Amino acid sequence: MIPLQLVTIALVGLGGLAVVTSRDPLRQTIVAGLYGLVLVVLFVVLQAPDVALSELVASTVAFPFIVLAALAKLRDRRRE
Amino acid sequence: MTLLPYLLAAWLFLVGLYGVVTSRHLVHLVICLSVMQSATYVLLLAIGYRSGKKAPIFTAGVPVKVGAVDPVVQALTLTDVVVSVTGVALLLALVVEIWKRAGTVDPDRLRRKES
Amino acid sequence: MSRNVRLGLFAAAGAMLAALLVWGFTGLPAFGDFQGEYGWILNDAAGHERHVTNVVASVVFDYRGFDTLGEEFILFAAAIGVALLLREARDDRERPRDEVRSDAVRAVGLMLVGPTVVVGLYLVAHGYLTPGGGFQGGVAVAAGVVLLYAAGRYRAYSAASPHGLVELAEGAGAGAYAAVGVAALFAGGLFLENVVELGTRGTLASGGTIPILNAAAGLEVTAAVVLLLHEFLEEVMYPA
Repeated sequence: MIPLQLVTIALVGLGGLAVVTSRDPLRQTIVAGLYGLVLVVLFVVLQAPDVALSELVASTVAFPFIVLAALAKLRDRRRE
Repeated sequence: MTLLPYLLAAWLFLVGLYGVVTSRHLVHLVICLSVMQSATYVLLLAIGYRSGKKAPIFTAGVPVKVGAVDPVVQALTLTDVVVSVTGVALLLALVVEIWKRAGTVDPDRLRRKES
Repeated sequence: MSRNVRLGLFAAAGAMLAALLVWGFTGLPAFGDFQGEYGWILNDAAGHERHVTNVVASVVFDYRGFDTLGEEFILFAAAIGVALLLREARDDRERPRDEVRSDAVRAVGLMLVGPTVVVGLYLVAHGYLTPGGGFQGGVAVAAGVVLLYAAGRYRAYSAASPHGLVELAEGAGAGAYAAVGVAALFAGGLFLENVVELGTRGTLASGGTIPILNAAAGLEVTAAVVLLLHEFLEEVMYPA
């Protein structure tokens, strides 16, 4: 295996651990966006450009937006 | 060493599962679920990879004889990535409804609120 | 069960699962040595049989088109589910708060709306020639529409994506996919068979039914993502 693959695999492993151990959901959203970017690099290294494009748009645009909107709703609401 | 990408998939799955089990906030739980989902993507793509081959795109100028990695696993993964975003949206809509009804999003406290 | 019991149970079960996974993975072929014949055959044949250069797109929309039909309907059902859960009688008394105070954010964001939409449409249109396709480009176009909200005003965003039109587009995208499949039945083939004239490989006019299905998927993904974000934003904008 070439060193690029080794480095990327290690980064993805660390990224997954970082996402899970960030307890505050707001911070975790940012970390999840970065984790998605590292996954994109892994997918490109595994010669899958279509999947990399999908993951790029999904994890940098759609996913953080939905999570942030849900968090804004949770923060906003006064308890009945 | 040849098993490393598969072990990465197993690692991501177990780490995500640990996050789900020890979660204190339902949104954190949903994001850990998405980490578990990414483990399946990594596993699929790692299975279909062939050393030294290129991506399965043969636009003009790229010789076909070089060979390419498996396109079927990529096809399975790419629709799944986009569809999982909508699955996460559905889960988050459920979380918002729970917040409206129970006033809390802590899974431990939710369990004890059952009457 | 209490938290400690749960953790202990997870430790035991997680260890067993890890052992099973590692044992299972040792039975797989070595990384980089995939043996599947289907992939070799498709890589060689897709260019001749379907006149497309992006083999993955031909697998998604032609060789495995039926699976994509299922995925599209998952998308559809999830969007409907979100709409059902979050839509309720909302009180329109409160004016939505939506100002972006920073001029830099507004300027850069609004400038990027056009290029984002164009890049998304390009990704959709050339999906079967170069990496891209309906799914990727659809989310990119939806990103451009949502950028109107993020960098501008909520009113601009909701004017650019009127509710009825978005719902119609989503239904039309999902329905068009199934309709192309049924039309193939009427044309004498099987469901979702590629019965349209295959063009010249490497140009936009190639692939038979693949561009049509690609466009339908792109339309549906765009509309579904805009609908989802709209539902969540309405929840935030109109706190009721």
